[in-house]
Amino acid sequence: MVRHVIAPVEELPPGTRKFLTIDERPIAIFNIKGEFFGLLNRCPHQGAALCEGPLIGLAQSSDPGEIEYTKLGEIIRCPWHGWEFDIRTGQSYCDPRRFRARAYPVNVEPGSAVVKGPYVAETLAVSVESDYVVVDL
Amino acid sequence: MNVQFRPEPSASVSVKTAIADCDIHPARATKDELYPFMAKRWHAHLETYGIQAYHGMMEGPPYPKAQPNASRRDAWPPEGGPQGSSLSFMQKQLLDPYNVALGVLNPLASGQGLRNQDFAGALCVAINDWQIEKWTSKDTRLKASIVVPTEDGAAAAAEIRRRAGDKNFVQVLLLSRNVEPLGQRRYWPIYEAAQEIGLPVGVHAFGFGGNPLTPSGWPSFYIEEMVGHAQCQQTVLASLVLEGVFERYPKLKMVMIEAGFGWAPSLGWRLDKNFERLHSEVPHLKRKPSEYIRDHVWWTTQPMEDPERREHLFQVIEWIGWDKLLFATDYPHWDFDEPSRVLPAGVSDANREAFYLGNAKKLYGIS
Repeated sequence: MVRHVIAPVEELPPGTRKFLTIDERPIAIFNIKGEFFGLLNRCPHQGAALCEGPLIGLAQSSDPGEIEYTKLGEIIRCPWHGWEFDIRTGQSYCDPRRFRARAYPVNVEPGSAVVKGPYVAETLAVSVESDYVVVDL
Repeated sequence: MNVQFRPEPSASVSVKTAIADCDIHPARATKDELYPFMAKRWHAHLETYGIQAYHGMMEGPPYPKAQPNASRRDAWPPEGGPQGSSLSFMQKQLLDPYNVALGVLNPLASGQGLRNQDFAGALCVAINDWQIEKWTSKDTRLKASIVVPTEDGAAAAAEIRRRAGDKNFVQVLLLSRNVEPLGQRRYWPIYEAAQEIGLPVGVHAFGFGGNPLTPSGWPSFYIEEMVGHAQCQQTVLASLVLEGVFERYPKLKMVMIEAGFGWAPSLGWRLDKNFERLHSEVPHLKRKPSEYIRDHVWWTTQPMEDPERREHLFQVIEWIGWDKLLFATDYPHWDFDEPSRVLPAGVSDANREAFYLGNAKKLYGIS
């Protein structure tokens, strides 16, 4: 597992997502109400950019006419075929036995932990004051 | 470590060989994009009276959609406008990455099935001109479909003949839900003209006939429309066969677009069985119904049938014929089929090539 620094925390406010390519893998990082999540940005069904889709809730029903809507804003819905995945686990709600989206652990760490300083480049001082979002691949 | 921010959106390409895409939906970027191709009188008409189809749902489609504009959410062009309205973005998102050598345009919101027949005719002519101006003249991989005012057979036939020999067009386009089933005589002038200028007639799912989607009335859910396209297309095909359209126009070729093909064998079996018993009712038919279907009908693949066991798919295709399938993505719509993912393993190289490209080039006369 390799740890990658994504961005200072203030660059990823709640409700935003960031797309990046790390070691040739398309990754998306989400900030949902202050919690960070990472997913491989490739739908296991037909390869769409999964994280371009909307964040929705999960509609479930125990009986006809009874509908529960839970996990509001924590279900990513593929922009192509609408397959739903749990942002926390990558679990598919369409075909959980055959498909799973790849989820990665994302953490927030203080700058002093991710950049061992002090480094002084010729004209550039690296700031280690703020916290950084990091993802483990 | 290699971290690249704001990566370019790209298709995950594993399609190395060229393909045909026989169902692409171009859209207008703005409401007035068609004005240069229409008389001033129709600009005023459009702004005053709007577009009135045969169905009663005036605001939006008669059934819900799963995504905005029934489109992929990653298909909004960066310069604005609806999905499918930008040639440069279509090139970047579809034609280039998937190696599309032939793309057939099927405009859906085209004036087919409007109640004002003169307006329907004017709108169809405008859309045909617009397809050349905006699409086929700018990218030679793209070919257009002649849209016609379906309910006005004479005007439709005139528009088809007007485009005779124009290499921008590779087919005539109809929709599956019309005022009557498409084998009825009111539509024969369309088939006569299409046979005369040597183009196939595509029938795409959807339409504006004013009838509910099913013979049993209006269903509740979008999923019922998605599967209901197959029922509509079966009605169309049975009507074409039983009214004797293929007997009357022996060189006519039809393309069934976006309504599945898994149902073809069972429709053929049922028609044949009943034909044995009821042929005195339709003595104008000289062959079994399934023979007309096999000889005159091509099928686009999207949305691809996806049975649990691939041999079932192969059995269905065997009945239809490997020479009759035309690969399609349905770009930019949400039920897009990714080219590299639709055909299971176990298909011969020759059949694979026919499926992805060869059949389309042959049918549409592309060398």
